[in-house]
Amino acid sequence: MTNVLELRGITKRFGALTANDDVTLTLGEGEILALLGENGAGKTTLMNILFGHYAADAGTVRVFGQDLPPGLPRAAIALGVGMVHQHFTLAGNLTVLDNVMLGSEPLTRARSARGAARAKLMQIADRFGLPVNPEAKISALSVGERQRVEILKALYRDARVLILDEPTAVLARPEAMRLFETLRDMTKEGLSLIFISHKLHEVMAASDRVAVLRGGKMVAERETAQTNPAELAELMVGRKVERPARHDHKIGAPVLVADKVRVEEAGARRLDDVSFTVHAGEILGIVGVSGNGQAALGGLLSGLAHPSAGHLMLEGADIGHLGPRGMIRAGAGRVPEDRHAEGVVGELSLWENAVLERLRTPEFSRRGFVRRRAARDYTATLIDRFDIRGAAPDTRTRLLSGGNMQKLILGRVLTNGPRFVLTNQPTRGLDEGAIAAVHAELLAARAEGAAILLISEELEEAVALSDRIQAIVKGRLSQPISANEADPQRLGLMMAGVWKEDGDAA
Amino acid sequence: MRLERRSHVPLYLVILAPLAAVVSALILAAGLIAAAGVNPLMAYGEMLAGALGSKLAVAEMLTRATPLIFTGLAAAVAFQARLWNIGGEGQFFVGALMTAWIGHSLGLPGWIGIPVLMLAGMAAGAALLAGPAYLRLRFGVDEVVTTLLLNFIVILFVGLMVEGPMRDPLAFGWPSSVPVDGDFRLPDLIPRTRLHIGLIFAVVAAGAVWLVLARTVFGAETRAAGLNASAAAFAGISLPRTIMGVALLSGALAGLAGSVEVMGVTAGVTTTMSPGFGYAGIVVAMLAALHPAGVVAAAVFVATVFVGADAMSRATGVPSFIADVIVALCLLTMIVALMFTTYRVRR
Repeated sequence: MTNVLELRGITKRFGALTANDDVTLTLGEGEILALLGENGAGKTTLMNILFGHYAADAGTVRVFGQDLPPGLPRAAIALGVGMVHQHFTLAGNLTVLDNVMLGSEPLTRARSARGAARAKLMQIADRFGLPVNPEAKISALSVGERQRVEILKALYRDARVLILDEPTAVLARPEAMRLFETLRDMTKEGLSLIFISHKLHEVMAASDRVAVLRGGKMVAERETAQTNPAELAELMVGRKVERPARHDHKIGAPVLVADKVRVEEAGARRLDDVSFTVHAGEILGIVGVSGNGQAALGGLLSGLAHPSAGHLMLEGADIGHLGPRGMIRAGAGRVPEDRHAEGVVGELSLWENAVLERLRTPEFSRRGFVRRRAARDYTATLIDRFDIRGAAPDTRTRLLSGGNMQKLILGRVLTNGPRFVLTNQPTRGLDEGAIAAVHAELLAARAEGAAILLISEELEEAVALSDRIQAIVKGRLSQPISANEADPQRLGLMMAGVWKEDGDAA
Repeated sequence: MRLERRSHVPLYLVILAPLAAVVSALILAAGLIAAAGVNPLMAYGEMLAGALGSKLAVAEMLTRATPLIFTGLAAAVAFQARLWNIGGEGQFFVGALMTAWIGHSLGLPGWIGIPVLMLAGMAAGAALLAGPAYLRLRFGVDEVVTTLLLNFIVILFVGLMVEGPMRDPLAFGWPSSVPVDGDFRLPDLIPRTRLHIGLIFAVVAAGAVWLVLARTVFGAETRAAGLNASAAAFAGISLPRTIMGVALLSGALAGLAGSVEVMGVTAGVTTTMSPGFGYAGIVVAMLAALHPAGVVAAAVFVATVFVGADAMSRATGVPSFIADVIVALCLLTMIVALMFTTYRVRR
């Protein structure tokens, strides 16, 4: 196998931080290499150097035997390197074809060669098995389809080495699996691929070889066939990390009961007569492919959306029409899906975020003035109790890593002694260590008798934490099954909408 | 070259940014002054002398700074909550008009009448901004448009009133409203100057606004709503209540500017009594990075430019409109300077 790509001794510093430290990496023709590492391990920096977004402080990049001049994305493209960013760079108001052609035509040409471009795009789409409608507007496409357009954009520029940065971060499980099948087929057409990931299962499923980065250093390279998830996890984190396990215990009385709840938004039914019950000391998992009503369910249980029919009862009291503040007062704790957008105000300090939900309680305010000392003291105990690292009460919250930010939000919710806790995608984007910590906190809250509803797209997570599981499909909920009876086939069927209407599921 | 977000904004940059913005604006304006055939250094010298060269000049400058502190605070409060109140000018005028209207025939002693008139001006300003705030909350109408357009409506209304129902018969045909009663004229701070105790009110107001924003629950909710509205709403903060509260406070401060200006300086209302105090308040707030203490300093600077430009104009013949140019340039350079405090440039 010949090497299409060689990175030798790449070092890159940002101020005091060494993002890449003497990293050497090769990619063979037709190979799929997974670049594995925790958040902040230097994966994205390395790929940005390869693509020319950054210039390395030391080291060389060779593509097809030629030295790549540093800091010139144009040169990288010319040599056949294509990059698919985690956050798509598409213009939503333009068509697929427009987006693919964007930047590949000289500005000086009076007429654009749409006909030829269209033919080339269709030929590429056909050859690589990436069906697409060139005249569709990007804004009308699903996330998975948009990613396909990003890949086509790279292939249109004759990429022979493709770099994908966290390609599954925005995809649901089946879409992710389909993507990897497609990528595998693409290597048969002579393409070589690097994908960046911190998810062990997809690295195991989709790569030929794994390179593990930790703290900017290349710590290991393994043939995928000759390693296992446990070894990779240890290499990635640098120590043994085990997710905590759920132990069966006695489940209490019903705490939160939804009875045929309907939620409508802009005339469309987002939740269609859903019923569920969460008991004290129980975690109820809601699994499903993204976009099937999870957002509406999250909105309902955080007090941002209200039922247009049916009842939502918390310990016998109807809470369906309370707003967020009323829900909190009634004993509901809520962990939002998007930490940055809804969880915290990044520009405010940790202590201000810690007390944000309870600013108007006597604990943290007196006569309209904030009790700053009480708030700071409380935050200090949160930092200590929930192991929020690298932060003091006065630190700006946006400086926290995703995991520490999530611990802050969890702490704010759990120290309030909630009867019911909503957690929506609680570990999305977190690294292994943080996932284990979040899981441990949720299980501890369960042991203390909280009723927890877990919305998750990670099946492993849902099965590991939940006592019972329901699937959400097109705004409707399946009957619950016990997590002990849940296997991937059965859950897959449930998530595809196959269940009996009454009685047991599937 | 790329921009990288700073993880931490050091204090020296926070202070340096407005200074750099002012210096850049003065350098840019120097080009125009030179184009008018005058040595810019000499012109700026005249400007400084005209604003700060004598006790009388300083008193006049501080007289101008007084309404600017109020309108600057009004803009700062609103902008903290991302309520884009461009209507300070209109709120200034309704505050002034309300004060003159009631103050002409109010049968109360001065020590109680003055606070009553200040409250009346505040109520008028608050009411004027409550409308656009309601439209934004209820129907999503952009308050930039509504508050800006209301300025013109209010000034035309003021013209109508001072030519008609509120016309002062003793003003010899000069379009001015009836004056406030002599009991309600604010006492002078320095004898034989126009400087009145309104300056002290303004500085106290800055302190009060700081206290509200930095220490109260309402202030914390305002900042949270301004910085991340969805997170604030998720945490149970009522956005409509917060925005409406901010609108009332901001409108009241701008209305107070007009009220104090009438009682302290002009006695009656004219359509020309404000050289753009409301608009300049926006620049003051931006130069202050929305901090109340900074508002006082920025108001003094802008007043210096306004007063000094008149003196410079008399001495050198450069049109005094250069003051508006300098103030407007400050807004632009400040926006650039703010970018450099938030981001650093990397190669």
